[in-house]
Amino acid sequence: MFQVQPSQVQRSPQVHDVVVIGSGAGGGTTVKVLTEMGINVTLIEAGPMLNPQKDFKEHMWPWEVDHRGVGPNAENYFGKDIYPFGYFLAPNGYWNIPGEPFTVAQGSEFKWFRSRIMGGRTNHYGRISLRFADYDFKPYQFDGLGYDWPITYDEMAPYYDKAEEFIGVTGTREGLRSAPDGKFLPPIPPRVHETLVMHAGKKLNIPVIPSRMAMLTKSIHGRAACHYCGQCGRGCRTASAFTSSQAMIFPAMKTGHLNIISNAMARELLVDDQGKVKAVSYVDKATRTEKQIRCRAVVVAASACESARLLLNSKSTKFPGGIANSSGQVGRNLTDTVGYALSGHVPALEGLPRHNCDGIGGMHVYTPWWELEKKNKLFPRGYHIEIGGGFGMPQIGSFRGVAAQAEGYGSKLKDAIRQSYGTQISFSGRGEMIPNENSYCEIDPTTVDQWGIPVLKFHFKWQEYETNMVKHMHQTFTDLIHAMGGTVTSKAFPANPLNAISTGGEIIHEAGTVRMGADPKSSVLNKWSQAHEVNNLFVSDAAPFNGNPDKNVTLTIVANAWRAAEHLAEEMKKGNI
Amino acid sequence: MEDVSRRDLFKIVGSSMVLTTAGSGVLSPALAQHVHMAMAEAKSLSGGPNYAPKCFTRHNFQTLKKLSDIVIPGSLDAGAPEYIDLLSSHNAELAAIFNGGFAWLDDYMQKTYAADFLTAKPEQQTELLDKLAYRAKHTPETAGGQTFWTWVRNMVVDVYYTSPVGVKDIGFMGNGAMAEFSVPKEAVEYALKRSPFAG
Repeated sequence: MFQVQPSQVQRSPQVHDVVVIGSGAGGGTTVKVLTEMGINVTLIEAGPMLNPQKDFKEHMWPWEVDHRGVGPNAENYFGKDIYPFGYFLAPNGYWNIPGEPFTVAQGSEFKWFRSRIMGGRTNHYGRISLRFADYDFKPYQFDGLGYDWPITYDEMAPYYDKAEEFIGVTGTREGLRSAPDGKFLPPIPPRVHETLVMHAGKKLNIPVIPSRMAMLTKSIHGRAACHYCGQCGRGCRTASAFTSSQAMIFPAMKTGHLNIISNAMARELLVDDQGKVKAVSYVDKATRTEKQIRCRAVVVAASACESARLLLNSKSTKFPGGIANSSGQVGRNLTDTVGYALSGHVPALEGLPRHNCDGIGGMHVYTPWWELEKKNKLFPRGYHIEIGGGFGMPQIGSFRGVAAQAEGYGSKLKDAIRQSYGTQISFSGRGEMIPNENSYCEIDPTTVDQWGIPVLKFHFKWQEYETNMVKHMHQTFTDLIHAMGGTVTSKAFPANPLNAISTGGEIIHEAGTVRMGADPKSSVLNKWSQAHEVNNLFVSDAAPFNGNPDKNVTLTIVANAWRAAEHLAEEMKKGNI
Repeated sequence: MEDVSRRDLFKIVGSSMVLTTAGSGVLSPALAQHVHMAMAEAKSLSGGPNYAPKCFTRHNFQTLKKLSDIVIPGSLDAGAPEYIDLLSSHNAELAAIFNGGFAWLDDYMQKTYAADFLTAKPEQQTELLDKLAYRAKHTPETAGGQTFWTWVRNMVVDVYYTSPVGVKDIGFMGNGAMAEFSVPKEAVEYALKRSPFAG
């Protein structure tokens, strides 16, 4: 393999209007909004182009592949997860990328999921689409913790409307402060186990309402209505589940305003004498050549940590600590979602008449945070509850637990497996982490990846706010399972709650590393996600977020990127950029 | 109800997708009709009598077929022995577990019944399998076969339920397409009646 030769850098003579780095929810939205306004966009993606017809394994039975999903060399049987979420899931990314390492500081634990594919993580994500609430934009005003956003819910609301109307989100109007209503598509009826959970919630005064998911319960914008196979995570060939690749980037390709460069790993942003971005330098992975494209403006949407890395690696005389980073806030305030799950067995579901309960991928009902008004909680912020269960497509490993418990073999074992099928219920809590000074990423000064780009080093600590929250989750989920007449089948809650809480990064909701704010001394971006110090640099993923509420980041990434893209277009029109 | 085969559906879905990216074209309502699964065939995945094992000796493969059929009747149609043989031919660790297991099994049977597993009487075969399968019946003499047994049972269960016969047995009815999602009323009533929320 030959080396990258800096002396052979290929510079584009042409000046591109806008270069967008990353093709996930933020990059896709930026591409859509700008190309529709007639602005020429060049999109850089670190992975290959996506071909849904070829790459998605939607509707495939396990026996259609000879290893049935465990990997050609039986990797999965030996705990080697060569497919992060299983063989049949959409091509989406990796926990570890060969040749592209990251490091974790001593005493910290962090997992970093990265996508390298057109559309990024939107190809596989859970598609839970929740608006942040009014208090989520002003957490400091609310309880004195974290940082207020420089914008309010009311300023974001029109963009939530646009986002929901475009990507398509199921739901119902409930009038809850913790879960603001939106522009919803029709909801989907609850499955049998979900009906039991609704009854359990009623008994315990816990709301259980129709889920808000980015799947089309009716056709919009030329995308087909859902055919209810429940396999959204595998990728949807009819684009009935939202992906930035299918819903935003492919249509933008038809506008004549989009130029795509795939397999391109951004190295740094180059600045001119005035400290404006003048070009993006990247590695063409296929040829290992170094290239530069000149641009009027750049929108970085490479995912929260990858965007921070790119800014930190863009050092110049004007910005010795990384571009737009005089505040020193790039990489700080790293958050992920608090995760905890509990499973149970529900005897009322034994022998349930068989039926197709696939529906939309994931839950049809969920629990928004319900103790907002409660005083003297041991943790300041909330969580939502995701519900799992039903008759799933059998996969390798599906019945290993039952077999071990039932012992025996022959028809008795088959009876035990038949009886247990569909009786499992699971509750997953997804809660808010408060930013803290011990959770951040920085450049590891001693390590570079295979492209010669310095890598990230992670520091991560949960605080008592979060560990207290998982204790509350455990109690709530136990109560719900018992209310359904069920028994808890998960392991007992550990003495140390740090052994119960998810590992940082594991829930794949990283946010906050290039935060926005009113004061350039303590924030990197202004209220338009535009760098205070570099007016032709925007960041449009979850990096600008000042907090990470219990409302998965994607919908807000889309809304915020939309808002930023419109502002960028206006500024370009006015000649300010 | 108009039925469309799965193959047809995805042929048309494929072309509709091309239209969709161009900004027009929607899946026609006819296509959204419930599509019956290709499952009805429930075809056998067995390699048949002439299957040439890739990793195991003929004798050991026959032993595996016998074990598989006892552990989950019907698992031969699921292709369980062929699957284990295939993966073992790609993974030395797995091959060692199974080859070692076969050797242990025949050695134990010879010592105990003066016959290898295949030629032993059915009641002798099940006498050993009971000692391996039930914690209460474990003996020091059978401890050496425990790991092997666990692998055999797990993998045969895995293969059976990821096959047409097993999917049919367990009653999984999904992986199709439907125009509208609904839950049968009788299923909801069945569960509610058995739950603490009855009445």
